[in-house]
Amino acid sequence: MQTKLREKIFLRWLPLVVINIYVLVPILWTVITSLKAEGDILKKPIRYLPNPATIENYLRAWVNCNFSKYFLNSMFISVVSVSAIVLIAIMVGYALNRFQFRGRTAFMLLLLCIQFIPHAVLLIPLFNTFHAMNLIGKPLAVILVCITFQFPFNSILMRGFISGIPYTLEEAAQIDGCNRFQAVLKVVIPVLVPGIVTTAAFAFIGVWNEFLFSMMFLNDAANYTIPIGLKMMQGEYNISYGALAAGAIIAMSIPVALFAYLQKYLVTGLSAGAVKG
Amino acid sequence: MTNVKASATGPVLARKKTDCAPYLLLLPAVLLVAAFMLYPIGNVFYLSLQHYNPTKPWMNGFAGLENFAKILSDADFRNSLLVSAKWVLAEVSLQLVFGMMIALILNQKFRGRGLFRTLAFIPWAMSGVLTAVLWSLIYNQNVGLLNDVLLKLGLIDTPRAWLANSGLVFGSVVVAELWRGIPFFAISLLAAMQNISGDLYEAANVDGCSRWKAFLYITLPSLKDTIILTTLLRAVWEFNSVDLIYSLTGGGPVGKTTTLSILIANHATKTNNYGYGSAISVISFIILAIISLVYLKASKFGTSE
Repeated sequence: MQTKLREKIFLRWLPLVVINIYVLVPILWTVITSLKAEGDILKKPIRYLPNPATIENYLRAWVNCNFSKYFLNSMFISVVSVSAIVLIAIMVGYALNRFQFRGRTAFMLLLLCIQFIPHAVLLIPLFNTFHAMNLIGKPLAVILVCITFQFPFNSILMRGFISGIPYTLEEAAQIDGCNRFQAVLKVVIPVLVPGIVTTAAFAFIGVWNEFLFSMMFLNDAANYTIPIGLKMMQGEYNISYGALAAGAIIAMSIPVALFAYLQKYLVTGLSAGAVKG
Repeated sequence: MTNVKASATGPVLARKKTDCAPYLLLLPAVLLVAAFMLYPIGNVFYLSLQHYNPTKPWMNGFAGLENFAKILSDADFRNSLLVSAKWVLAEVSLQLVFGMMIALILNQKFRGRGLFRTLAFIPWAMSGVLTAVLWSLIYNQNVGLLNDVLLKLGLIDTPRAWLANSGLVFGSVVVAELWRGIPFFAISLLAAMQNISGDLYEAANVDGCSRWKAFLYITLPSLKDTIILTTLLRAVWEFNSVDLIYSLTGGGPVGKTTTLSILIANHATKTNNYGYGSAISVISFIILAIISLVYLKASKFGTSE
């Protein structure tokens, strides 16, 4: 009994505590910093708790540092991209699961291979492409890149969800007089809703977090997304740590909320042969 | 009526070879990949043979292999290869070890497991820039927590410049990247562990096997495929990763955190030397292609489908 207890402490609870300190301290410290009064943040010795707690940093980030604008920009790019990604994922997933056709394996291979392409390599040529299309500085450039980068993983995910829906459902609808497209629209899509929501959540996190190409393409502060806003704030000479921390909390609110929803799918979804960083 | 007939003949898949529906469904995807992935890759090969700098148009023109010749004698390039190798090796091995530990713990049944699972996986959802901000607030010399705690514990006697000291910066960035990288391994390994039959462990227990031996002879062999795949995937991912290092150190100080991908990003965003940057991209691409081929061979992709 004694050894069992010791085993439990050293093999379970001690590592768990260490892991959670490692995971949570940076998040908690950012929350604390974001709630401190501006003058308190730089005071020595460092205070571990905000006293008094204030939301002035959030107001500063939201209003003075333009996070309200960045938030809307990020939202716009994310919603448009995710809608397109989900639509393409349904089309690709449906084609791969419901049809046998020449080139199917090659296409699957392509989906997998393109996830290995180093994004940094595409920076220069894509800049040229979008320059030629007159899209530099416009959100559409980032949207197109996000759709292209995110749809392969999400298509593989969607294919898994579609394969879980029996074809007999569509058949029944077709016997009732629907054509194939109507059958998909009226029978498959309603059953697919949980899969669509999950795919959308994965895609949303990916698009919301996109940094490198937004940095390269969006050169006008009016079009900055949240990651660019954060990066710009970090580089400022007279950096306001409180506002930076508040900006970080605003930035993480969406992915963390989506994560809370997604976590039940994480273990199954990521093991379904899908590839995601 | 044709639909009724079609559905009556085949229970699952449309059998007609000439059916164009799947191709129409894949068309947008193929167009996107062609326009924004394959064409740019072709373009980067072309640019690598050019002198090309949009801010100095009078210098532009065919360069032949000059850019590549320059790379061979470029100390920055050699340094970045070394940093990349160190970076990938450190990240992948440490993420695997810690991910395995977390998966093993969270695979046991105990009260509060769900909560700990949620907490341990949170960083998975964070972006590189966000991670950089969070850790910069830990490492910072003015407002950072790390120096303060280490000083109070007596582990150091003067504050350290975690991101500016050339001896410390690599380790500091590795720790920050581990923070958001470990959950991926933990999640993947945990998923694989849940597929191992409990009977195996019971049999081992009956035979008087220790927990360590059970791990060595049951868990590890069952996880072999997952471990190979996740490590290779992560190697590629870490080789390509830019966001975190770019926002935390920008590759500095003195190139200590300049990986190959950071070097390319810096050429693209700062020096505007697109021709030379493209040549480095080509080399990076070839390295990745080799790693990917190894991965595809190892995973035997397509055979199980």
